[in-house]
Amino acid sequence: MVQYQARLDQTFAALSDVTRRGVLEQLGNADASVTDLAQRFRMTLTGMKKHVSILEAAGLVTTEKVGRVRTCKLGERRLEEEAAWIEQHRQLWSARFDALDELVEQLKREEKTHVQRKRK
Amino acid sequence: MSNASVSSSASRNATSVERKGDRELVVTRTFDAPVHLVFKAWSTPDLFKSWWVPKSAGMSIVSCDMDIRTGGTYRLVFRHPSFDQPMAFFGTYQDVTPNQRMVWTNEESDQGALTTVTFEERAGKTFVTLHELYPSEAARDEAIVGSAEGLPEQFAQLDGLLESQS
Repeated sequence: MVQYQARLDQTFAALSDVTRRGVLEQLGNADASVTDLAQRFRMTLTGMKKHVSILEAAGLVTTEKVGRVRTCKLGERRLEEEAAWIEQHRQLWSARFDALDELVEQLKREEKTHVQRKRK
Repeated sequence: MSNASVSSSASRNATSVERKGDRELVVTRTFDAPVHLVFKAWSTPDLFKSWWVPKSAGMSIVSCDMDIRTGGTYRLVFRHPSFDQPMAFFGTYQDVTPNQRMVWTNEESDQGALTTVTFEERAGKTFVTLHELYPSEAARDEAIVGSAEGLPEQFAQLDGLLESQS
């Protein structure tokens, strides 16, 4: 559990930056070298390397160096865990609000009956 | 890649859950009832406790003390078969404005959120927004289904899910 949370923290940190989100989107279309990415996002090679290493540490991106070119592609994990996090919260709130819905329906019926009785 | 959000696909009105910014969680839902009835269900302790803990959670309420007014406090104690000790959740109502707004703190840990619920009448229906503001990004991301609502059953489900994936 604790390990899961640490991983999740790392992922959220990695996703907190607009450039890094752009890089993921880009890699979703096609693999790219760090040089390509630096050019596309108009930043220095060093700056892009930093972003890529953060994404890599979070498991969102994998890289492979062939010769002098480091190619980046989407990691296996992607966003499954984040989706699981949201889904957990959704399950709770959905169950809770479905119960509230039933209660409110009941209150509505009671109020209607009450008003009808008053009219008689 | 904007904020991630998921809606339920049930035939009832959908519950939407969204992460906003670094420290917030926003849940919205429309109820087919006038706002005074929806507010009544939140602000009447006997009614509140009948829906706040879903049956599927397998939890029972040991005690429920709610002094629902601005400046009032609450204390909810739950028991779950898989836990030896009951779990207590408590805090203060910072604002209770009938048919409009409720704001309460979650003080059982220093990582607890400030919860704001707003009720809006929309064409005879009620649009409810529940907003949780956590003290830090880490607190929000580590909040397992909300600081005040950690449901052991869901821990178990998550553990199962993680096991099956590893």
